[in-house]
Amino acid sequence: MDTIIDRGAPKARNFEPYASNGGSIVAISGKDFAIVASDTRLSEGYMIYTRKQSKLFQLSDKSVLGCTGCWCDTLSLTNIIQSQLKSYLYDHNTIMQPNSIAQLLSTLLYSRRFFPYYVYNVLAGLDNNGEGCLYSYDPVGHCEKVNYTAGGSSGVLMQPFLDSWLGKRTADNPVTEEEALSLVKDAFTAAGERDIYTGDEVVYNIIKKDGIQTGVVQLRKD
Amino acid sequence: MEFVSQNWIPGNFKSVPDTGRTAHDVVQHGWTPITTTTSVLGVVFESGVALAADTLTSYGSMACFQNNPRILTVNQNIIVAAAGEYSDYQFIRDVVEEKVRTEKSLNDGISMKPKALHTWLSRVLYNRRTKMKPLWSTFLVAGVQNDVPFLGEIDKLGTAFVDDQIASGYGAYLALPLMRKAIDEKREKFNSKLTKDEAVDLLKKCMEVLYYRDARSHDKYQIGIITKDSVEVQNLALKPRWEVAKLVQGYE
Amino acid sequence: MFRNQYDSDVTVWSPQGRLHQVEYAMEAVKLGSAVVALKNKTHAAIVALKRAPNELSAYQKKIILVDDHIGFSFSGLLADARILSKYMRSECSSHKFAHGDDLPVNRLMTKVSNRMQLCTQRYDKRPYGVGLLVAGYDDNGPHIYQTCPSANYTNCKAMAIGSRSQSARTYLERNLEAFKEASLEELLKHGMRALRDTLPNDVNLTSKNVSIGVVGKDQLFEVYSEEKTQEKLALIEGEERRAPVPTTDSSSGGSQPPQDGPGAPPSDSVPAVAMETE
Repeated sequence: MDTIIDRGAPKARNFEPYASNGGSIVAISGKDFAIVASDTRLSEGYMIYTRKQSKLFQLSDKSVLGCTGCWCDTLSLTNIIQSQLKSYLYDHNTIMQPNSIAQLLSTLLYSRRFFPYYVYNVLAGLDNNGEGCLYSYDPVGHCEKVNYTAGGSSGVLMQPFLDSWLGKRTADNPVTEEEALSLVKDAFTAAGERDIYTGDEVVYNIIKKDGIQTGVVQLRKD
Repeated sequence: MEFVSQNWIPGNFKSVPDTGRTAHDVVQHGWTPITTTTSVLGVVFESGVALAADTLTSYGSMACFQNNPRILTVNQNIIVAAAGEYSDYQFIRDVVEEKVRTEKSLNDGISMKPKALHTWLSRVLYNRRTKMKPLWSTFLVAGVQNDVPFLGEIDKLGTAFVDDQIASGYGAYLALPLMRKAIDEKREKFNSKLTKDEAVDLLKKCMEVLYYRDARSHDKYQIGIITKDSVEVQNLALKPRWEVAKLVQGYE
Repeated sequence: MFRNQYDSDVTVWSPQGRLHQVEYAMEAVKLGSAVVALKNKTHAAIVALKRAPNELSAYQKKIILVDDHIGFSFSGLLADARILSKYMRSECSSHKFAHGDDLPVNRLMTKVSNRMQLCTQRYDKRPYGVGLLVAGYDDNGPHIYQTCPSANYTNCKAMAIGSRSQSARTYLERNLEAFKEASLEELLKHGMRALRDTLPNDVNLTSKNVSIGVVGKDQLFEVYSEEKTQEKLALIEGEERRAPVPTTDSSSGGSQPPQDGPGAPPSDSVPAVAMETE
């Protein structure tokens, strides 16, 4: 009988545990850099919660995570990653490399396979050889190493744009930092025109050997 | 409940109250909110933060309890305002007060700061939403930390953010544009933030606007003001001017 | 087999009101290499002596990080210190997770001390055989705490523990007034001089056997690299060494740790143990 009758305390049945809080991420990796950018609009439905919420999380001096989707899951996930990275640092006396963070993130996401973190992640960093690297995820932990990616509410608008500019690039014609940055800006400007969940500002992080450079670009605020 | 009955150990904080866990837990949250409160507003001014919330608790469409305050003075650094299910606010209030008492009894000169309470509430609400037993509340946490005013919101999912002007519920649609306008104008014209008086006047104006159109609002309300060295909660009443009603379609 | 009728178990009291097993554990603290910790207005620093168990092995790590704002050095059983460090790290981490802020140092000390106390009251456990010198920085400024296997902890202006540490304490007591206003560099010089006083005449401080940790205002806990340690050691090189005060560590009676703060509890009386250690 116990297997049929749920004796647990009542749970909310009309309760929706997820929210779609909008936001977009674009990331491009190059020979000696990786750039990752997000907009700063946090919204739900027709309501803008705030216009200045960056969705980039610096995990170390050479890796940055961009997260969009359900903001409460994002907060939880990034908190967990950050405390795990710190315990890794103390246990191993070294900072976790981006490829290891990539695997850790995948495992963390899959640990909630049946109640997922509703978060689209992009991890950007510099790998052991000092080359830019990017990992793109789905909410349940599928991980793919890519050269460029767009995700979040405007992912479907910006990915084809990036494809057209970067899709046929070969190793002997690598994307430069200036080119990547201007593509990022153009992608967001375009997305800001068409997507109400993307706007206000773009913050970008350029990860290079000698540090992470940040910048802000203004977007449409309506 | 486990949290309350646990033996008290000096310095030992249970970081997140572990409630709503067992099958025998009599607290049955979250089917749907029953006794509800409406919007809360918060605005940052040059030296602090002001919060506003009315004192009405509705039972469905009935204006049930008309003197239920929901601005809480946590300590000298923090005030909190809540919206949503009133019993869930009372639960959180009890836990937070317990936390503050424990902290006071340590007498080590350290008291909780607004960012810490903001983070803590976001963890509590997120944990409960993950159990599908949400606390049906939105909280605004206000205070001054390291001489910088702080205002943050947490909703029932654990969605947390910080801004200079925040409103929940109907306030987000009716009052927030007024607040953003006032703050932006002040910044553009004078390159400065609102003064305390301007902030309070702005909140009074917003509460009046809300009272005209939000059917679950009330004319008795509170404004909580926190600055670096003062905390006060004022009890106020609106003097609505219904003569404007005839100018509005639908009232004739 | 027993030196004493009343030391068969941790839970056995002696008629004088002493717990001999706990006091024996406190002896273990005196076997480890010496550690000095001291603070000025803005910084807390640890200067520790490292040992290599034999010529084939490396010098053992002596300063352990707990969080961005707390680290400690120890004397006694390294393995016990590691267990405590694991606990301290997890407490700091969960506090940061729940509150987004650093755990105040005194609250961490209360937690550690409560944990250490448990095993002084149960027959199936043994006290931790390690003393800690914890350096941390929080809103109330820099802090130095000393813990002891008896689970007592003391808030200190400066402190030294470990073998031959009486000489270092003597140095610290004589120069205590200077610390508060000292610059960080001066503070480290005092720390290194205090540590040097514990050494036999034929041994000197080197970048291999000294470990320096600093935490303070706008300074996350940092354990200095060998190069940086060498740089600091150069500051006191060539100074005339004071002849170490002759000590017999096992009965270094009457040495009270310098304390600060009103109502600081009286420290444990240094045990005159019913056992000779050497």
